[in-house]
Amino acid sequence: MSTALIRSRPWMLTLAALIVLVLVNTAFQPSFVQPAVLQSNLTTFLPLALVAIGQTYVVLSGDIDLSVGAMAALVNVVTVSVIAAIGGEGMAAILAGMLAGLATALLCGLLNGLLVALLRLQAIVTTFATGIVFAGAALFVLPQAGLPVPERFWRSYGATLLGLPVVLWILLAGLAFTLVFARRPFAAHLLAVGGSRVGAFQTGLRLERIRIGAFVLSGLFAGFAALCLTGETASGDPLLGQSLALSSISAVVLGGTALSGGSGSPVGSVLGALVLGMIGNVIFFAGLPFAWQTLVQGVIVLAALAGGVLVTRR
Amino acid sequence: MTARALLTNPLTLAAGAIALLLAIGEALSPGFAQGDQIVRLTTVAAILGIVAAGQNLVILGGREGIDLSVGPMVSLGAVIAGNVMAGQDAAILPAVLAACAVTFAIGLVNGLGVTVIRIPPLVMTLGMTAIIQGGLVVYSQGVPSGNAAPALMAFVNRPLLFGLPGILLVWAVIALALGFVLRCTAFGLGVYAIGANERAAMLVGLPVARIRCLLYGFSGLFAGLAGVCVIGYTGSSFISVGDQYVLTSIIAVVIGGTSLAGGAGGYLGTVLGALALVLLQSVLTTLQLETYGRQMIFGLTLLVLMLLYGRQARLRV
Repeated sequence: MSTALIRSRPWMLTLAALIVLVLVNTAFQPSFVQPAVLQSNLTTFLPLALVAIGQTYVVLSGDIDLSVGAMAALVNVVTVSVIAAIGGEGMAAILAGMLAGLATALLCGLLNGLLVALLRLQAIVTTFATGIVFAGAALFVLPQAGLPVPERFWRSYGATLLGLPVVLWILLAGLAFTLVFARRPFAAHLLAVGGSRVGAFQTGLRLERIRIGAFVLSGLFAGFAALCLTGETASGDPLLGQSLALSSISAVVLGGTALSGGSGSPVGSVLGALVLGMIGNVIFFAGLPFAWQTLVQGVIVLAALAGGVLVTRR
Repeated sequence: MTARALLTNPLTLAAGAIALLLAIGEALSPGFAQGDQIVRLTTVAAILGIVAAGQNLVILGGREGIDLSVGPMVSLGAVIAGNVMAGQDAAILPAVLAACAVTFAIGLVNGLGVTVIRIPPLVMTLGMTAIIQGGLVVYSQGVPSGNAAPALMAFVNRPLLFGLPGILLVWAVIALALGFVLRCTAFGLGVYAIGANERAAMLVGLPVARIRCLLYGFSGLFAGLAGVCVIGYTGSSFISVGDQYVLTSIIAVVIGGTSLAGGAGGYLGTVLGALALVLLQSVLTTLQLETYGRQMIFGLTLLVLMLLYGRQARLRV
């Protein structure tokens, strides 16, 4: 592979790393390739992959969203509370809950976008502050973990459709969205805004609208991730997803997207999220003493991030 | 200063916020603004203020400078100091030196990653956070270890001079020294120069990478020192004792009027910012609100402060 190819498509390197990790993991854990094990792994990695897609759009436009974890928690508790309020095991209650959750996610993303783009506040401190507010709101909606969702909810999340697990369909749908989205003018505008804000402004792009759009996408993907987490845990938890914000940023950077904005792709971030998950897996199955696992994982992740920066920097 | 300039000056705003919070606290619970209570709050603010000193330097240095690893560094400083002194007064000095030396070295590694490999500071210090936390787990094997020497606890908690505990004198010395270094030395002016315009700083021959590296080193050192203060304050340590300082230190710097873009601001504002932040948390505790109410008011206050003076310039054609 030529370096030019890697520079233009840094996610190919992430893909290579993922393949190596899968091979190593299979060597340590031969059962890894069994469908059931693959599905359970994918179920674990899926929420982060979805959040990372949304985070990529914000990062591409030159901002950052630290509130994704709190948004996921809020969506989770809103969804389970609405389902519980309507009651019953019916499909209507489940759909209403999911819609209420996604509407919440949309509003949260919109609020972030308005504060950052329209009122011109620093994204990093602003989304940290709104994250605190969202986390507080989650505790207000559901003070303690609980409220089990109807069996139908988590059974269909863990089921298969046309021979493939639902979780895989969700991941494929996310990837399909990013591919379709990449062909829209909005995607080019995002890159322009992140690449050179002044340049984009002078070209006449509607900066505010584009940046707000990115935050709304981030909110929506955090919302989808929260619905997946709800399917996985089958109940509400106001403290859910606290590590999502920082992990999603790691996934975005591992996937070859520049934190300064303007270059990268959400597909890379999905690969980055899978790499992060697989690093954890490999370390677990390599049989290291438990106390050493966090340290080794930290060193490997930082080395991977440094390697990625070295390869993609101009 | 005109009225408007006064109203949008971060220093006067932070000072006003402090006065307002003291008044609210006194109204809610008489005795809130009394001497003892204020000394206690200032002690808590001092620990945050020392962490924020390092954060302040890194942010001043610009190029998206930020240090997310100060939290685990505070924990590391506390754990190292606790284990080196192990309750012995005689071992306090070696404990302080050991804690600060290790965190200074880790800070330098952050600086090297940011300058030599050019990893974005957010990512570098985030990665370092995981490594230090992992190192703490290995070192402690999950069991809290180490405790403070009696003399250190007295230094942090008991009056030493003019009714003030020693830690406040340390904080005052740090504030004066940092003010002097930033305003009156070549190094300090270099910090503002690389933060405001890195290219220009490089063209006039400033050692940009070396200065930035040192800033991350100092951030580690201040966090380690704060860790020593934490174990002096609480008597013992656990491996996540410093987590609370990561974002609060950034907020103290921002409330104090230092620009996250770098090159503008100073430590006096950060001192006021740390005081205002600790007061706000204390008032919210006094209100005896539910957790959610405390969190939401805290977050909203930050947003209001950002709206008052954290706004960025409008783009122009």
